[in-house]
Amino acid sequence: MTESARPFTAPRKPDVETLSNASRRELIGNAGALILAFVVPPIRVQGRSGAEPSPSMGTDINAFVRVGSDGVITLIIGKSEMGQGIYTGYAQLIGEELEVDWRTVCVESAPVAVVYNGSDLPIQYTGGSSSTLTGFDGMREAGAAARCMLIAAGSEAWRVPASELVADNGAVVHRASGRRLGYGKLAARAAQLPVPSSVTLKQPSEWRLIGKPLPRVDSRDKSTGGATFGLDVRLPDLHYSLVARAPTFGATLFSVDPGPANAVPDVVAVVAVPTGIAVIATNTWAARRGRDALRIVWSPGAGPGLSTLELTKTYARTAARPGVVAFAVGNAADASAGGKSQLAADYQTPYLAHAAMEPLNCTVAFLSGECHVYTGTQGQSSDQQAAAEASGLTADKVHVHTTLLGGGFGRRVHPTSDFVREAVSVAKAFPKPVMTIWSREDDMQHDYFRPQAHNRLTATLGPDGLPISWAHTQVVQPIYVGTALESMTVDPKTGLDSSTHDGASDIPYAIPNIRVDIHQENRPVPVMWMRSVGHSVTAFAIESFLDECAHQAGRDPLEYRLALLKDKPRHVATLKLAAEKAGWGTTLPAGRARGIAVHQMSGTTTVAQVAEVSLVDGKPRVHRVVVAIDCGLAVNPRSIAQQLEGAVNFGLSGALYAEITLEEGHVVQSNFNDYEIVRFRDAPTVETYIVPSTEPPSGVGQEGVPPIAPAVANALFALTGVRARRLPLKHTLFTA
Amino acid sequence: MQLEINGKGHEILAQPDMPLLWALRDLVGLTGTKYGCGLALCGACTVHVDGHPVRACALPVSAVSHKKITTIEGVGSSALGKKVQDAWIAEDVPQCGYCQSGQIMSAAALLASNPSPSDDEITTAMNGNLCRCGAYDRIRKAIHRAAKT
Repeated sequence: MTESARPFTAPRKPDVETLSNASRRELIGNAGALILAFVVPPIRVQGRSGAEPSPSMGTDINAFVRVGSDGVITLIIGKSEMGQGIYTGYAQLIGEELEVDWRTVCVESAPVAVVYNGSDLPIQYTGGSSSTLTGFDGMREAGAAARCMLIAAGSEAWRVPASELVADNGAVVHRASGRRLGYGKLAARAAQLPVPSSVTLKQPSEWRLIGKPLPRVDSRDKSTGGATFGLDVRLPDLHYSLVARAPTFGATLFSVDPGPANAVPDVVAVVAVPTGIAVIATNTWAARRGRDALRIVWSPGAGPGLSTLELTKTYARTAARPGVVAFAVGNAADASAGGKSQLAADYQTPYLAHAAMEPLNCTVAFLSGECHVYTGTQGQSSDQQAAAEASGLTADKVHVHTTLLGGGFGRRVHPTSDFVREAVSVAKAFPKPVMTIWSREDDMQHDYFRPQAHNRLTATLGPDGLPISWAHTQVVQPIYVGTALESMTVDPKTGLDSSTHDGASDIPYAIPNIRVDIHQENRPVPVMWMRSVGHSVTAFAIESFLDECAHQAGRDPLEYRLALLKDKPRHVATLKLAAEKAGWGTTLPAGRARGIAVHQMSGTTTVAQVAEVSLVDGKPRVHRVVVAIDCGLAVNPRSIAQQLEGAVNFGLSGALYAEITLEEGHVVQSNFNDYEIVRFRDAPTVETYIVPSTEPPSGVGQEGVPPIAPAVANALFALTGVRARRLPLKHTLFTA
Repeated sequence: MQLEINGKGHEILAQPDMPLLWALRDLVGLTGTKYGCGLALCGACTVHVDGHPVRACALPVSAVSHKKITTIEGVGSSALGKKVQDAWIAEDVPQCGYCQSGQIMSAAALLASNPSPSDDEITTAMNGNLCRCGAYDRIRKAIHRAAKT
């Protein structure tokens, strides 16, 4: 966990070799009023004090740290802020070593440059709950390097050895004399000094910011209307576009009559793009009216007969046959013969839409032969590549300006960069900057969905009631097959995509005979990851079925799990903590019951939840959820609590209400009236408890999602005796 | 067409059926009011018209000329609005933050008519404002905090 004098490699001062950094300098520096007048200001948040950093008065010490002459610190962060709090988390990591006054910290979004890649992959992206882990060393080193350079500048100014100086709360201090110089006074000189070849990081005992529940840097801007999301980008002469896309999967354009669209006031152009027909107008409303007025005939594609009814039936039939084995231990088939009792159950889960509150959008401006992309994205590297392909420029001529994201949940990084690619195609066909906006309906019906799945589980219980065999068959569309990520995620021997057995092949329970097998279904429905990927489905099946086993064995669900998790310390610790805080085993008022579930992702972060439910007017109501998490070192406990509150409600939307269904090859749902999500009335009180740990920090953004559906379903079983095996639970009739 | 927004007059050229939301965002340049659904289903576009909370995405701009419109950019100039925003910051309500303009406008309207709302009254008043990040519990706490200050 602690480093000393480790080689300082990754972060370094931006220079002319890094074109995007050079570009950023142009945008913020003194490269000329013409450019400054054209581009939006860098996307930034103001921090806790509300102090507005003055870009013209700032000096970049390295690619991550800018110091204003007024002492305001701007940290430049390459991860995207979509609500998960990474601007705050990275500011803590950099600021810890930089020795900042937290109130002076502002954050600016980084351009695309190699220096902003995490330690995991050679691309700039934000996802997989990976940022804190992959930036934990690099961000601290960046802060430490800047600190060293500021101290060196102080040493030069006072003509005293650097060893006599310390950094403290935004200033360099000469210990012997008590003299103090603010970073703002030293920055200009510090930036010219050599970058240290290695830095010494603080010991955990010296941390002032890491591990503290610091308030977010972006709360002020997000509470005053001052935050810049993708839809808030404004450029001179900006135009707005909506695209008419194929209404059924695989359909193609047959003919279009643009006349009625052109007749709409303020519509200025109708252009064909690879994904459909774009209507461009001087305002969003006209673009929307124009788009809806287009007369288009589509040729049906591969999926006109596709329906949820058909899929569900087919998947159920398929699940009765064994699939391709993803994981096996012992011999599940043989062992099942010698057991005391056998159980089998089928769990069904629907397609889900991401439905971030900010619909997809992307603004594109061509300037001096270069392409500027403004969008709330999780995937800058792939966007840059996609924009290059769509514009015909080389990638170094594409500049991605990352705004704040009005929610992401995975949708804003797809290997094809679909929404960026399309927006570039639109803007390329028009001489002015264009923002391509997805209506809510577009966003919901043209999503890449969490795939529908059918999970069939069978178990044989031994004399003590614990499973001696466990067989798990999942039928589901793969996510990665056929994408650029295939080489990393698809087993070349079995052809299995890792997303199809997430959480199933790494089942934690000590069962001597296990078989997990998969049927990978090809359907013309676009699918991708959504906050916890395959885990939100498999955790529902596994944790519900284990509850069924416990009930069959006549044992307490908590005690039953603990008996099967003896060599899984993180599972045990989180289960015990959640149970203790929830009062597991104590009496509840009549009409209420508890359910429990636990799940681990990536072999690290483990989350246990206890849900307390009742029926209100015959419908499930979740009153309280107690969450225990082991995510290694907790960099910001307040941020972790926020993420778990969010994950519980996000997972609860899918557990209670949300589903995407298909009829005649199209998506039935279109807006929040028929794609229901958790509202104020439904939201439980969420209490979060963190298992103390000095292990490396691991993800918290998505890990709270998987346990909530089974915890709630298990609680409803405890309350009513009705076992719900299909999500959303609105389809199950519960009676007390 | 004349609009009075946050105490300031604006002359705009708009089709009469254009929803107030797009007039604010695309014509006046006030982007704090958000588009979420376009059908008055999510509350992200909530503004005040003559002090009442309305969904700007479903209200034709022609219906509000000569009325007093307050948006998230202006609500903080009243003592109550400022109190609500400060409570939001203190409780660290926002995650992605996209829906929070609408949440704050609904909360400010609630507190204007009911200075000390109960949990049930908060639920009723806020149930039309969706938050995909699930910040509901913090919103409730922030409203109680604002009510107490």
